[in-house]
Amino acid sequence: MSPDPLLRVEGLVKRFGGFRALDGVSFHLAPGEVLGLMGPNGSGKTTCINVISGLYAPDGGAVRFDGQAIGGQKAHLLARAGINRTFQSPKPFLSLTVAENVAVAATYGNGSGKPVDVMALLAELELDGLAHRPAGDLNSAQQKTLDLARALATAPRILLVDELAAGLNPAELSHMASRLRALAAGGMALLVVEHLMGFIDKVTDRVIVMNAGREIFEGTLADATRDAEVVRVFLGGAHG
Amino acid sequence: MPDRKRIAGDLGLAALVVVAMSVAHGVYSNELLLFNFVMFLTLSQGLNLIYGFTGYLPFGYVGFFGAGAYGFALAVMHLHSPPLLALAIAGLAALVLAVILAPLLRLSGAYFAIASLAAAQALYEVIANPDLQDLTKGPYGVSLSGVFAPRLSYFVAVAIMAVTFALVVWLRNSRFGLSLQAIREDPVSAAMAGVSVVRGRMVAWLLSSVIAGLSGGVFAWHISVFYPDTVFDVTFSIFATVFTLFGGATTLTGPLLGVFFLYGVYNAIGITVPQYFQLIYGALIMGLVLFLPNGLVSLLTRRGFRVP
Repeated sequence: MSPDPLLRVEGLVKRFGGFRALDGVSFHLAPGEVLGLMGPNGSGKTTCINVISGLYAPDGGAVRFDGQAIGGQKAHLLARAGINRTFQSPKPFLSLTVAENVAVAATYGNGSGKPVDVMALLAELELDGLAHRPAGDLNSAQQKTLDLARALATAPRILLVDELAAGLNPAELSHMASRLRALAAGGMALLVVEHLMGFIDKVTDRVIVMNAGREIFEGTLADATRDAEVVRVFLGGAHG
Repeated sequence: MPDRKRIAGDLGLAALVVVAMSVAHGVYSNELLLFNFVMFLTLSQGLNLIYGFTGYLPFGYVGFFGAGAYGFALAVMHLHSPPLLALAIAGLAALVLAVILAPLLRLSGAYFAIASLAAAQALYEVIANPDLQDLTKGPYGVSLSGVFAPRLSYFVAVAIMAVTFALVVWLRNSRFGLSLQAIREDPVSAAMAGVSVVRGRMVAWLLSSVIAGLSGGVFAWHISVFYPDTVFDVTFSIFATVFTLFGGATTLTGPLLGVFFLYGVYNAIGITVPQYFQLIYGALIMGLVLFLPNGLVSLLTRRGFRVP
């Protein structure tokens, strides 16, 4: 019996004009679990993260965090409540130093009651050598790591990871994978959007495959690759 | 993060300018010129609060200045307020205007700049409306000779400047100031860092507007006779903006440099040979935009030095 879900997404709908980016997607996520969110481009993965993290208000359905309905709450309040994320293209505060980037989040976003040691966090992510450099000086892999540091500084209970691995080299990839596993081992719930199958395979316990705004598969990655519908969505298939 | 040495350095620079402007009053006889320096030092730092720390550039910043000047004048004329109370009303007038204009913060970049300019112009048209002559004296201007006190009003202006400097020093050295800069850099990431973007912007906007309102109020007190054209002159916005950009926003030093250098040049040659002044001003601004878009202080800051 798996633990009670920390996050429960039920029939979530998000419309942009006439387009239903999310068309009733449902899934759940337990503490300590890493759930992969897969699907072709435009299937609604990032929109899903944007709704859960409070950047968009849902047009239907519900997001429950620890049993509470949180759909439509402001992002900064959700960050304090323990939901945080990284961005597909990293969005650091470019003119601020690396340490200041993380300090802002540690000051304003940490609702856990336990203070976060900014320098220790930077050391853990191997950014301590760059602590006093402007974030604009960092390369893209380092900016992605800083994005993760900013999210972790708020002591999240749920971390939504949006294509963190894209653009990393193989060594960085495997490093990042073990980092995410370590976070999950510490009890954090992770939702990982990723295209790289190897990374998904290494990191996730379970995957959801989305297409056209709804989930079409739930289970292990190995089973997903044998699922006819999943194969059709990713590779195309014979008509009829 | 609060670094005592840094704060002491920042406060030291602020105190130096405050003392210099106070002493100058005793040794230099052109009081109006000194007053104008104090006023632009204050307005530039007031603009720095909103532009430097949140990235919003209000071309209509003069609207708050004019609101303050007329807030002061109306309080003296109709309520027979003593000057210091009238000054408080000047600040309040700007604050009320800022609350009314707060929805403009939904705009960004050039749209915000232009909308704020239009708002200032609208306020000017209302106050200068001849039909409101009984209330505002319309386009014919106000005379506040009853409260005329050039010396006292000068030192009150210096006090307002000192408070403004202190605010800038606080923002430069506080977590709140850091959160504002985070909002400026990326509002979405700032929200994910737990920063209330709307609240942060609003606080900076209100502080910045009150400074301009107090500045306008003390200006009205100091010159005591003025017209709507005088206090809603967009030159106030332009000067405050150019001074801030020239020296470098988000620092205390930048706007100070901008005012002392550019306003100094303006007074040295701008009045006697205006055509050369405009040529030099134009060339300076072009050179700056091309080669030093972050102002003079960036010569130091981009080499890793911290300036106050």
